Amino acid sequence: MKLDTVENAQTDVNNSSGEEPSEESAFSSIRSFFLEVSLLTKFIVRFFAELFKAPFEFGEIIKQSFQIGYRSFYLVVITGFIMGLVLTIQARPTLISFGAEAWLPAMVSVSIIREIGPVITALICAGKVGSGVGAELASMRVTEQIDAMEVSGINPFKFLVVTRVIASTCMIPLLVVFADTVSLSGSYLGVNLESDISFNLFFNQVFASINFIDVLPAFIKAFFFGFGIAIISCYQGYYSGHGTEGVGRASNLAVVYASLMIFILDMIAAQITNLFM
Amino acid sequence: MQKSADIPGEIVSTLNGGGRVEDDTLVVEVEHLKKTFGKNEVLKDINLHLRRGENIVVLGKSGSGKSVLIRCIVRLIEPDEGKVMILKKNIEELNNDELNQIRGKIGFLFQSGALYDSMSVRENLEFALRRKLKTDSKDRVDMLVREALEDVGLIKDIDKMPSELSGGMRKRVSLARTLILKPEIMLYDEPTTGLDPFTSREICELILKVQKKYATSSIIITHDTDCVKITSNRVFVLKDGKCFAEGTYEDLKSSGNSWINSFLR
Repeated sequence: MKLDTVENAQTDVNNSSGEEPSEESAFSSIRSFFLEVSLLTKFIVRFFAELFKAPFEFGEIIKQSFQIGYRSFYLVVITGFIMGLVLTIQARPTLISFGAEAWLPAMVSVSIIREIGPVITALICAGKVGSGVGAELASMRVTEQIDAMEVSGINPFKFLVVTRVIASTCMIPLLVVFADTVSLSGSYLGVNLESDISFNLFFNQVFASINFIDVLPAFIKAFFFGFGIAIISCYQGYYSGHGTEGVGRASNLAVVYASLMIFILDMIAAQITNLFM
Repeated sequence: MQKSADIPGEIVSTLNGGGRVEDDTLVVEVEHLKKTFGKNEVLKDINLHLRRGENIVVLGKSGSGKSVLIRCIVRLIEPDEGKVMILKKNIEELNNDELNQIRGKIGFLFQSGALYDSMSVRENLEFALRRKLKTDSKDRVDMLVREALEDVGLIKDIDKMPSELSGGMRKRVSLARTLILKPEIMLYDEPTTGLDPFTSREICELILKVQKKYATSSIIITHDTDCVKITSNRVFVLKDGKCFAEGTYEDLKSSGNSWINSFLR
């Protein structure tokens, strides 16, 4: 039986890269890329295999939900408010030029709920949660804390990875809901800066323009964003290289790959949603 | 201790001859162990046998594969070739659950202490204990935590965070965290590195105290001559990934080999 140890993962990647320069370097980069993808796939498969096995570490899931959800709350709320306000201020002149100023609440709300809210919230979380989780697990790897768990008979994957992925998958959709709500409030303020519209009228227009097909895909893709951010960050941290350089690299790659993954998932979600529109 | 005829300049005991040693008192048996990282052959045909109640000290230069050896023993690193038997079980053939059961009987003191940064001293000790005992009985867990901390003389620091502890205290807490699981075998990875001579001596004496109280068998990796003198029943010297010499401290000291003497002076 070959164990899924960090040494095995690192050796596989190291063996595949950089031995022969020039002609073979492109080939070895491609090979290294596919190897990395296969290791990440193995990591995801292991996550689902461990997900339904006891012990379930409920205490740690709640702790991580607090870390990921509550600790990102104020950042997401402030960003969401500014996002709604700025989008309204920027969209107004264009709509006025088409004589469609009355459509401002509808246009802004559909933009926020279908696209901007989930994507901006996920990007903020990729930066905050992704870098945090990547650096935390990498420093635990460097300081041998993960090895210490393993030799004392505790499954570190279950305790560190599964709990964080569950927490992120549940918390990021909730943060998206908060961000959307606050964003619409920002938009209401933006509309009222240059015209006078009542709170009831504004939100009547908002809800009249939003359908179930707008809300559901956005909420579903937020779950995938949450899952993707956590799994990529955990993967980078769990299999990080040694030393402080490894911690920095894991944190950096977690943010870069998680952000890239958000745009790829968003593109796929847009295509799938269009099939049902 | 005998001088090997076919390896000039190397001193090995008959126990390290490479053959299978039949002995009921053996708790760790390492046979023909090999490990390579890339092109670097770190361990080349290592044979090591630890008996119940015995302390073996592994000596060697930095990078000679000492830490890799004990990591292969607990299977934190997968060996390329060879066999590791712990308590008569071949760890290569164990599944994850069986491996975790065996690991429950092994204590590993890491060089850095490896305390969980986000947990207090108490939580560090409770963490593995709760999972091993599968109990939430607060009184029982608390009693065992206090007993382990008293053994290492740190009961007054029970609610401190690891960042508030000195290097020596971190090693002691780490030792307590290992002892609380009542291991049969202890693996120490450079227990005195980075400590002043006084604290190093205290840690070495603690290792002996632990051996007596918990009847453990230990493999100790160190560069510290005092630690070798205090703790070892047998010394295993690694050079270039091979066993260069094996014997008691006194045997090696009187061997006249300049390379060994440079370690033991």
